[in-house]
Amino acid sequence: MTREEVMAKTNEVFCDIFDDDEIVITDETTAADIEDWDSLEQINILVALEKLFSIKFAVSEVEGLANVGEMIDLIMSKL
Amino acid sequence: MLEYPFDPSYIMQNKRALKKQLVKKEGLLQKRIALLSGTTVGELKNILELFLLDQGIQPEFYVGDYGRWYEDLVFDDGTLANFHPDVIFINTSAHNLAPVPHPGEPDELCASKLDEAFGKLQNAWKAAEAFGCPVIQNNFEYPLYRVMGNYDAVSPSGRVRFIRQINERMADYAFSHKNLYINDFNYLAAFCGLDRFCDPSYYNSYKYAQDPTFIPYLAHSVALIVKSIFGKNKKALMLDLDNTLWHGVIGDDGVEGIKLGYESPEGIAHAELQQYAKDLAGIGVILGVCSKNEEAAAKSGFDHPSSILHADDFLSFKANWEPKQLNLQQSAKELNVGVDSFVFADDNPAEREIVRGANLGVAVPELTVPERFAETIANGGYFEVTSLSADDVRRAEMYKENIAREKQQASFADYGEYLRSLEMRGYIGPFAPAALERITQLANKTNQFNLTTRRYQPAEMEARAADPGYLTLAGRLEDKFGDNGIVTELIAKLEGDHADIELWIMSCRVFKRELEYAMFDELVAALRGRGVRTIVGRYYKTAKNAIVADFYGSLGFVKTGQNGDDSVWEYQIPQQYENKNHAIEVIHP
Repeated sequence: MTREEVMAKTNEVFCDIFDDDEIVITDETTAADIEDWDSLEQINILVALEKLFSIKFAVSEVEGLANVGEMIDLIMSKL
Repeated sequence: MLEYPFDPSYIMQNKRALKKQLVKKEGLLQKRIALLSGTTVGELKNILELFLLDQGIQPEFYVGDYGRWYEDLVFDDGTLANFHPDVIFINTSAHNLAPVPHPGEPDELCASKLDEAFGKLQNAWKAAEAFGCPVIQNNFEYPLYRVMGNYDAVSPSGRVRFIRQINERMADYAFSHKNLYINDFNYLAAFCGLDRFCDPSYYNSYKYAQDPTFIPYLAHSVALIVKSIFGKNKKALMLDLDNTLWHGVIGDDGVEGIKLGYESPEGIAHAELQQYAKDLAGIGVILGVCSKNEEAAAKSGFDHPSSILHADDFLSFKANWEPKQLNLQQSAKELNVGVDSFVFADDNPAEREIVRGANLGVAVPELTVPERFAETIANGGYFEVTSLSADDVRRAEMYKENIAREKQQASFADYGEYLRSLEMRGYIGPFAPAALERITQLANKTNQFNLTTRRYQPAEMEARAADPGYLTLAGRLEDKFGDNGIVTELIAKLEGDHADIELWIMSCRVFKRELEYAMFDELVAALRGRGVRTIVGRYYKTAKNAIVADFYGSLGFVKTGQNGDDSVWEYQIPQQYENKNHAIEVIHP
């Protein structure tokens, strides 16, 4: 899977979770850019991505994620 | 989307869109739900909201601080009390259990740890009694690994045995205390698979007791208990016949051609569904047939030697070629229950779709393969039991007696003569402590003959019964065909020379038997003895109680107020009151 494909699939997860088809995520997107993105939703996003890509994140890996770009890089490293 | 079998990941990912749809539902029942935390509850709140909305309940939540379930209950600073919860749910798991034994510790120490851990739970439940509402708590899941292996289930110092013992004690307590309900978290973990359910990474990172993907199962289970407590269970299971209750087509194959019972794999699956239906009837669920067939052929299927059900197990039997949604409506009318209290089981996807499309509020579980029919219906939770009264167990008998009464009625030209022929005896008196469970249950599920549709929690009902400021009357009706059990209730608030009727209900089983007159006669006599002169009655309209819109008028009340469809009525007790009931012999128990 290419990085673009992973980004596109991840974008769909964001649209579902926040029930907003207008959301377009980029590498620079952070929790500050999406109104309802709190710590609870952060967990929901990570769990949804784990199921979607059949991967598992370690605590240490997800603790320091600064933005969507780093999240996508982390997924890519596990595919 | 929220009906079992549901896709938990889909629900988690689309909760916002689902909620938008669900809040559009009409006639939602408002309930205040306190969610107390042993482990993380934030997301559980969101998903529980969806399942409650799906059941017609709109929750307002109080969410306790993380890990403070015990403190919230035992040391409440007034916050929880001020919230006035209708239900408290305590979301605990084995992570919240303390102290626990360690392998090899002496038996006496393990026993005292068990007492201490259970004592803590008991303290919390005792403190929770102050809130006067139902309390639901998870029991405890088995550990993901065992230090001693299989011996963990044998030694008192083993964690498996410890969990089993504490769950057993919780069950004993819940069985003997009516306001405590156990959410079987241990069963859920087993059902979902302990290994996946208790993935430790989610506890370590986010303090979730389970993989969050399984939150919908947990929320569904809790929502089922809540809706059952508030009287929103379904009442009847309406079954298709061919390829549902047996394998084959009775009209083509004949009774010797259908497969049923232990001789064939297909036969076992259908026998299992028959046994499930029979067991449901044993706890008061009405069974009915809704099949496209010739009636004689349809009934012959139950003559199969392996048939567990018999034609007379069904209180409504529709085998004809009419559309099924019409037959269901007809059955509902005959049984005098709402068609929205039906669950319809049919192997044929087209029939299911038609019944769903008719929008009657009938639940239509998505059946797949016959060996999963019973499981799919059962896990849908339509008939979730939160209390089981003697009347529930006898319900099918009572309906049968009613059918016999109707036959008798047909043979009388004069209705009064018919009523007298029933030789009715009404046992009418104040709410008796032993009957309070049934009294509360009936008040919470009666929709048609219900003037105010006020619902009560057990503690509230207990308080009404004990308070001299209220007059309570419950009526049990017997006749020559059998005992109907407690079928009518009335609560009046006494205010000087006024009495205000806050609840008056009667089961639809005993409509038109003059029992409402007998109750009114008793009410008048009791109020007169207390110096009451004026009785105030209120009618609050709901979707289901049109039958009593003019009930007070028919008793001789005068309407004194009208607000939309709601009305207030008054009755001045005359000097000379003549009893209205002439059909029932009234006995004071």
